[in-house]
Amino acid sequence: MDTKQHLENLNEIKQIMNRSTRFLSLSGLSGIIAGISALVGAALGYIVLNKGSYISGVTYFNSKVLLDVNSIIFYQLLFIGVGVLCSALFFGFYFTYRKAKKEDQTIWNKASKKMLLNLAVPLLVGGVFSLILIRYNLFGLVAPVTLIFYGLACVNASHHTHSEIGGIGYFNILLGLLNAYFIGYGILFWTLGFGVLHIIYGTLMYLKYDRK
Amino acid sequence: MIQGLNKHFESRIRLGVMSVLMVNDWVDFNTMKELLSLTDGNLASHIKALEKNEYIEIRKAFVGKKPKTTYNATKLGRTAFKNHLSALEKFLNR
Repeated sequence: MDTKQHLENLNEIKQIMNRSTRFLSLSGLSGIIAGISALVGAALGYIVLNKGSYISGVTYFNSKVLLDVNSIIFYQLLFIGVGVLCSALFFGFYFTYRKAKKEDQTIWNKASKKMLLNLAVPLLVGGVFSLILIRYNLFGLVAPVTLIFYGLACVNASHHTHSEIGGIGYFNILLGLLNAYFIGYGILFWTLGFGVLHIIYGTLMYLKYDRK
Repeated sequence: MIQGLNKHFESRIRLGVMSVLMVNDWVDFNTMKELLSLTDGNLASHIKALEKNEYIEIRKAFVGKKPKTTYNATKLGRTAFKNHLSALEKFLNR
């Protein structure tokens, strides 16, 4: 065996170690589309609240006035939220599936399972915690809590996928903590965290890993 | 001949198996096959060789009615592989 062969072997060892622990098919486009969905959702939410503010008294940046759970506005916002989630999940899945197929990899493997499990635990805890906050009418804290737990979930999952996911996580935790201090600006911080951050990091990942 | 290289790791497949087991605990046969893009017979013989040297340990269990064999690197195997890698790196950085 000559030097070149040894060098190739070492590189292959590194690749195998990475591939077997990290889910590298995660597409940057998935992040970009999640960010765009969030921005569209925030804009629609703004329109709904602005139009209805003379009836409900609730405005975009006012957490003091409670939104009636039975009002049309509440259902409109709920509809927007579910729409954003579905769009982000559907297109996110699609672009990652496409990338995995192109690279002759599967999307359901040891690495992706580890990534999802690491993502799911903080995410579920945060979700349940948010529901409890809503139960006690602590609406102002819901946005910071979702940002913080989503950030923790990303940091946790980043060990099993591209390290950029950790960056999204740390910035979301920071935004969440700031939002916890400046209660009432939830949608602004949400737009930054779930919208702008996803687009920035999605683009970074796309340029670094996807564009070949 | 490079000093410190372990002749048991000369095959690329054995290097691959050890690479996977250095960063994962208890990996099953099919996952290993998929990760290294290999065929059954090819992988089995190399795994047997590594087991004979006590570099990896084998655990057989049943998942439902299907037998499932999983592999793990032993302490001896980890040390041997690390030594092999550092010998390689030393040689390349000369």
